[in-house]
Amino acid sequence: MKVGLFVPCYVDQFYPGAAIATLELLEKLGVDVQYPSRQTCCGQPMANSGFEHLTSGCNELFIENFSAFDYIVCPSGSCVLHIKHHLQSNKNEIKAAAIRNKVYELVEFLTDVLKITNLKGSFPHKVGIHQSCHGQRGLHLSQMTELVAPSFSKPRYLLDMIAGLEIMPLDRPDECCGFGGTFCVAEEAVSVKMGKDRVADHIRNGVEYITAADLSCLMHMEGILRRQGSPLKVIHIAEILNGGCAV
Amino acid sequence: MKTTDKDHAALAHEFNKDAPRVDWHDETLWWVRQKRDNAVKKIPDWEELREAGSQIKNNVLANLSGYLQQFEANAQANGVHVHWAIDAKEHNEIVLELLRSNGIKKIVKSKSMLTEECNLNEYLNLNGVDVIDSDLGEFIVQLANEHPSHIVLPCIHKKKEEIGELFHQHLGTPAGNADPVFLTETARRHLRESFLTRKAALTGVNFAVAETGEFVVCTNEGNADMGAHLADIHIASMGIEKIIPKRKHLGVFLRLLARSATGQPVTTYSSHFKTPRPGASTHIVIVDNGRSKQLGREDFRNSLKCIRCGACMNTCPVYRRSGGHSYNNAIAGPIGSILAPNLDMKKHADLPFASTLCGSCTNVCPVKIDIHDQLYKWRQVIVKSGHAPLAKKASMGAMTRVLSSPVSYKVAGKLGRLVMKWAPFAVNNQFNLWCKQRELPLAPENSFGEWYRKNRNNKPKDI
Repeated sequence: MKVGLFVPCYVDQFYPGAAIATLELLEKLGVDVQYPSRQTCCGQPMANSGFEHLTSGCNELFIENFSAFDYIVCPSGSCVLHIKHHLQSNKNEIKAAAIRNKVYELVEFLTDVLKITNLKGSFPHKVGIHQSCHGQRGLHLSQMTELVAPSFSKPRYLLDMIAGLEIMPLDRPDECCGFGGTFCVAEEAVSVKMGKDRVADHIRNGVEYITAADLSCLMHMEGILRRQGSPLKVIHIAEILNGGCAV
Repeated sequence: MKTTDKDHAALAHEFNKDAPRVDWHDETLWWVRQKRDNAVKKIPDWEELREAGSQIKNNVLANLSGYLQQFEANAQANGVHVHWAIDAKEHNEIVLELLRSNGIKKIVKSKSMLTEECNLNEYLNLNGVDVIDSDLGEFIVQLANEHPSHIVLPCIHKKKEEIGELFHQHLGTPAGNADPVFLTETARRHLRESFLTRKAALTGVNFAVAETGEFVVCTNEGNADMGAHLADIHIASMGIEKIIPKRKHLGVFLRLLARSATGQPVTTYSSHFKTPRPGASTHIVIVDNGRSKQLGREDFRNSLKCIRCGACMNTCPVYRRSGGHSYNNAIAGPIGSILAPNLDMKKHADLPFASTLCGSCTNVCPVKIDIHDQLYKWRQVIVKSGHAPLAKKASMGAMTRVLSSPVSYKVAGKLGRLVMKWAPFAVNNQFNLWCKQRELPLAPENSFGEWYRKNRNNKPKDI
């Protein structure tokens, strides 16, 4: 099994630690994983702003970089959802369609493809899970509170394997953090208020670390927490799962 | 209805200047969302019920002209007059003509979002007809000279103290009395007079049954019935999409509507109107006003499935924190944002962008409208139709050029991190909207790409 590591542009530039943790975790689990160095961005920032017609350059580049792999794994639900729903090609639609079906967010790759049942690691902290909307409602990483359906949570399933980790319940388990791509500047007032309310929920419930399968939400909440001078930290789920992991 | 030139972001910015009030608004609507959750979770087959509602409405939209003609024929056979209005203007003219020909200058109206969409109140007032809204929430916003901020809860943006003050000013209640029971009783007494004296009653229509020619109006206050049963003329305004094929389908929609809207098992009054009372007349005005155009838009067609429950508003984290008036449209929130651009794309170009695309609206929708996907699609249509701001076009163009080329991406990334590290004031200033209330991420020494080259260069196959 050859896996291509897809590292979203902002993770590459601002959060290399999460990408390193993803790579190391996959390597420890025995996966043959490679990072195609010519990758840039999935094109979501343009597409969500109404400029999907400008994304063909990003699309073709993505196909060029990732077609050869059996699976493509990425530590960001939002970017994966974008590729799954919107990657297309005028030059090679067959390859585009193949990629749409073999791209996975890290958590779902661990639970659904590798089907891991235990991880050796320890993280003795109170953790709040932020359910990123695109990961949850788009990729169905966990059940949504709006639906009348059995509950499940793939991130929680993995986090429960980590020793000492205590998951704190939240008042609103799956409300959006307000990042929303260009929404965060175009609708600055509402975006910030949503972010403040989201972190307040974690603070109120005694959380030490907010974790998620999507760094864009964490980046947003971290921006607010740091401006507030809060001791509450954010950490990508890969960094928790990779901590001392040896199966 | 357009009352200001400010866009959603500007109006939301104003709304957010009073943070405790935003908290109150958010929590009030979240409480309604929770009531909805509690109600729907008592029905094990809720998702199947949504699917049934969705499929029935799909059938209606696919056969709309046939059902409308069937409804018209059956309504006429019941002795009801049927009128057709191509747009808001024609609807308003029909209503005015019906009133004039009967010498009526005062009417009582129960809640109808269609008449809000058509600006009927303003039109009738300009033409010398006095309209009193009999829905308590609408009565309150009418006193305040405002429009409803929510399709089910029209005055949800008002605190009870503010309502007390309005009643004090307009109805002479004691200053400082904000007791909801007292205020409601005052409104009832005031409205009772209108019900008894006004000769014409206007209502909306929740469901029009093609099979029988009857229509159903759902209220919690019984105000539609009070108006219609006491007036000589009952005028019911309905959009063409309000049709359901058979009476038995009410068993699906009445269950869906009230639970989704307020968490009730059913509305207090679900009144069926079929034949006029002896000596009275009933008129139905069937309105298109852009709906057939929306029906022709494949990507947006199924927005016409909407049964106006308001659940998407209550769950929307943006609506809860920006208020209904920030949408500047008769119908606010996520559903308003996918309906409004059909009526006037340029005017409402801001609305599909007033969302994080979180998708909660789609999940609560009782008839399974893919609201957040349609918001995404409207963004594409709006930009392609030339309604994107110039600055956005320029920045998106630049971003595309950088992200389409691995070399310029690496150079730009490196430069960006260097600037953030050594000259953070260049990016962290008041002109950068991210930084007004948030810190930028700390710029790391190396990107992941750079780290990978240093640490995994033994890997031969770097595709």
